[in-house]
Amino acid sequence: MAKRILIVDDERNIVTALEFLLDLNGYEVKVARDGEAALIYVVAFKPDLILLDVMLPLRSGFEVLQKIRENVALHAIKIIMLTAKGREVEIGKGLALGADAYITKPFSTKELLAQVRQLLENHP
Amino acid sequence: MNPTLKYSLIVAGLFLFVLGVLGACLFDVWFNLVDRDRAALARIAYENINLLIFCALVMLLGIAWVVHLFFKLYIWPATLVNEDAKIMLTANPSHRIELYGARELRQVVRHMNTFAERSQALQQEMEARIRTANVDVEAEKNRLAALMSDLTQSVLVCNGEGRILLYNSSARQLFAQPSPGQASNSAGGLVGLGRSIFGVIDRNLIVHALETIDRRMEQGDVNPVAQFVATMPGGQLVRAHVAPVRDQQNENSGFILTLEDITRVVERSNRRDVLLQSLTEGTRSTLANIRAAVETILDYPDMDIERRNQFTQIIQEETVGLSTKLDHTLTEFAKDFKAGWMLEDILGSDLLAAIQRSLERKLHVSTCITAVDEPLWLKVDSFSIVQALISIVRRLQTHRAITDVALSLHTAGNIARLDVIWRGAPLGAETLLAWEQQPLLVEGEGSPLTLHEVVERHGGEIWGGAGPADGTAYVRLLLPSAQPQLAWNEPVVAESRPEYYDFDLFHQPDNGSELDERLLTELTLTVFDTETTGLNPSEGDEVISIGAVRIVNGRLLRHEIFDQLINPRRPVSEASIRVHGITPQMLRGQPTIDQALPLFAQFAEDTVLVAHNAAFDMRFFQVKEAQAGIALTQPVLDTLLLSLVVHPNQAEHSLDAIARRLGVNVIGRHTALGDAIVAGEVFLRLIPLLAAQGICTLKDAREAAQKTYYARIKY
Repeated sequence: MAKRILIVDDERNIVTALEFLLDLNGYEVKVARDGEAALIYVVAFKPDLILLDVMLPLRSGFEVLQKIRENVALHAIKIIMLTAKGREVEIGKGLALGADAYITKPFSTKELLAQVRQLLENHP
Repeated sequence: MNPTLKYSLIVAGLFLFVLGVLGACLFDVWFNLVDRDRAALARIAYENINLLIFCALVMLLGIAWVVHLFFKLYIWPATLVNEDAKIMLTANPSHRIELYGARELRQVVRHMNTFAERSQALQQEMEARIRTANVDVEAEKNRLAALMSDLTQSVLVCNGEGRILLYNSSARQLFAQPSPGQASNSAGGLVGLGRSIFGVIDRNLIVHALETIDRRMEQGDVNPVAQFVATMPGGQLVRAHVAPVRDQQNENSGFILTLEDITRVVERSNRRDVLLQSLTEGTRSTLANIRAAVETILDYPDMDIERRNQFTQIIQEETVGLSTKLDHTLTEFAKDFKAGWMLEDILGSDLLAAIQRSLERKLHVSTCITAVDEPLWLKVDSFSIVQALISIVRRLQTHRAITDVALSLHTAGNIARLDVIWRGAPLGAETLLAWEQQPLLVEGEGSPLTLHEVVERHGGEIWGGAGPADGTAYVRLLLPSAQPQLAWNEPVVAESRPEYYDFDLFHQPDNGSELDERLLTELTLTVFDTETTGLNPSEGDEVISIGAVRIVNGRLLRHEIFDQLINPRRPVSEASIRVHGITPQMLRGQPTIDQALPLFAQFAEDTVLVAHNAAFDMRFFQVKEAQAGIALTQPVLDTLLLSLVVHPNQAEHSLDAIARRLGVNVIGRHTALGDAIVAGEVFLRLIPLLAAQGICTLKDAREAAQKTYYARIKY
């Protein structure tokens, strides 16, 4: 069964590229455009991995991350934070809150895909 | 004893003695004679009586003459010499002893005069040296103080206890407390000589800074300093720089505080931070979008045309957005960048001299200054102008082999015309245009600016042409001139001591319980006066004005004043308006006594209060103290009572009468501040008169005042 990936980002243009790439690589992809929608999809779509932006409408990526990690049933979900905030303190915060990886924009799509693949294969 | 009397007595004594001896001899001879001989002798004596009397007279005259001579030559001259010497020793050192009497005496006097001469010369020399030294020291102190007062940075010097010994006007302004209804109050009322710095800056901050300095000193730092940032009463953000003042034993005897208002700097840097952030973080997302799209296209060349178009569209969209954003950010940023471009006023001739020096030193081009309109002030960044000219001349040197240039500076309205002239052909328009666009050529100082930018930032213009004389050419730089400053503000060295420093406070004894033992001349005093609606506080009369001035180390500080009108919240009678001239309109919007009294208490903190008829004013204050939430517990001195101590027999002791008696100029009476200043001057003149009666300390003065009759009168 194809692994499911949830993209949470309000930037239409990056979503278009990511959706296309992940789809081509055989993942089942859903897109949430704000923090509230993300929390709904987490339950409804049951993703294996989330690409989570930090700057989101309604709820910030950090908040979404925290909510997911508070729920024991969702522990298996891998989370990669995608953010324009490249400062060390923010990376530290993301990792401390339980993100599995932290990727700053702009990123190489190859590296992103490699990271996704690694997270999903090493920890089935 | 009077020498003449002495002379008469000695002469009389000698006469009696000689006559006595002769008489005794005759008596003895007479007794031992037989009658016959006695008769014979009597007969002989009787026959020669005239001769005998003559002989006796001659003998007596001879004695008198000898004694007279002795007195004339020795005794009288000695007494005169004695008196002369006394004058010379005490009243008039240039007096000389006259030569009297015997030769030996005259010799002695001559030696004494020589001694006097030498001692006087020595004394005069010493005095002259001391005077010069004092003048030098005073001038130096004044110069220092004048320089300090012109500094844009705020400087405060404090002693070990944190008392202020020196402050400049910039510091006063910084500490001015802007609060409503206090327009008339002194700016920076909390900064004053002898005041504690801890009243305006948190004690812990300074203690911490001093500890840091001590630690650095222990670690072998020769010039330890410490810094902190504090907030001022007015809300400004201030960076403080603390440096210790060491005495001869290398102990810290105080510290220098340099304060810099960084409110605006911080604001600007905050704005820059925001801009920088929007530039970095804001572009990250956009770049991510573009990169993802580009990489997708590259990685999947086989994608269908529609999808490819979608990605190209994204790239197009994002790059346009990014350009707009960059433009916007750069214009925003440029404002802040230009704010940092400091144009300063510089005298034209100074600028030319700087250019000349640089050209000769860096390029070895011989440079002469042909003409400068004087006085011509320019508003420029002299560093970049010098660099620009070096760059031009360097290019002339390279391309035209120029070895000599001339500089001239003329004024035309608000524009200054700076010409670089050389012998040779003029520059073509294209050449200069090309030079303008290239970065400045300065050896070892690569500058990112172009000549064009330098000119533009000054709001100037540049062009070249053929010179006035045959075969010469010029490059002309137009620059804005500054307002002519005919008289440069030389720090004025005042004759009298400026009032914003007092280094004697370094040696002031600690404050504390021994306040009573302090000399009146050493006290820090607040001399004050009030104007009221009437005479009876218990019947509802109110204070409508408080004026006060400080005395520190025996000096009346006219800059450190308190002058506050107070809204009495009751009508002011016509009769009292005639006395003080304060109309109800003037009192509208002024603080009430509950608000004003704490300000006054703060102004008078740590000082002894002085007032004329202080009991009257203090009664008004006491009625309001509880209401205002303060207590004026410091000692109070009364010039009325002290005047009674000094002149108990004078009938009048009004402030006017005392001022007249003591020769104090009365100006601005019947305003609270005016009366306070007069009372202060009166007090200063009372101090030496009190000292003459042995009243030197605060305790002495209070006890003496209490003993006077008026002290028992209650208002």
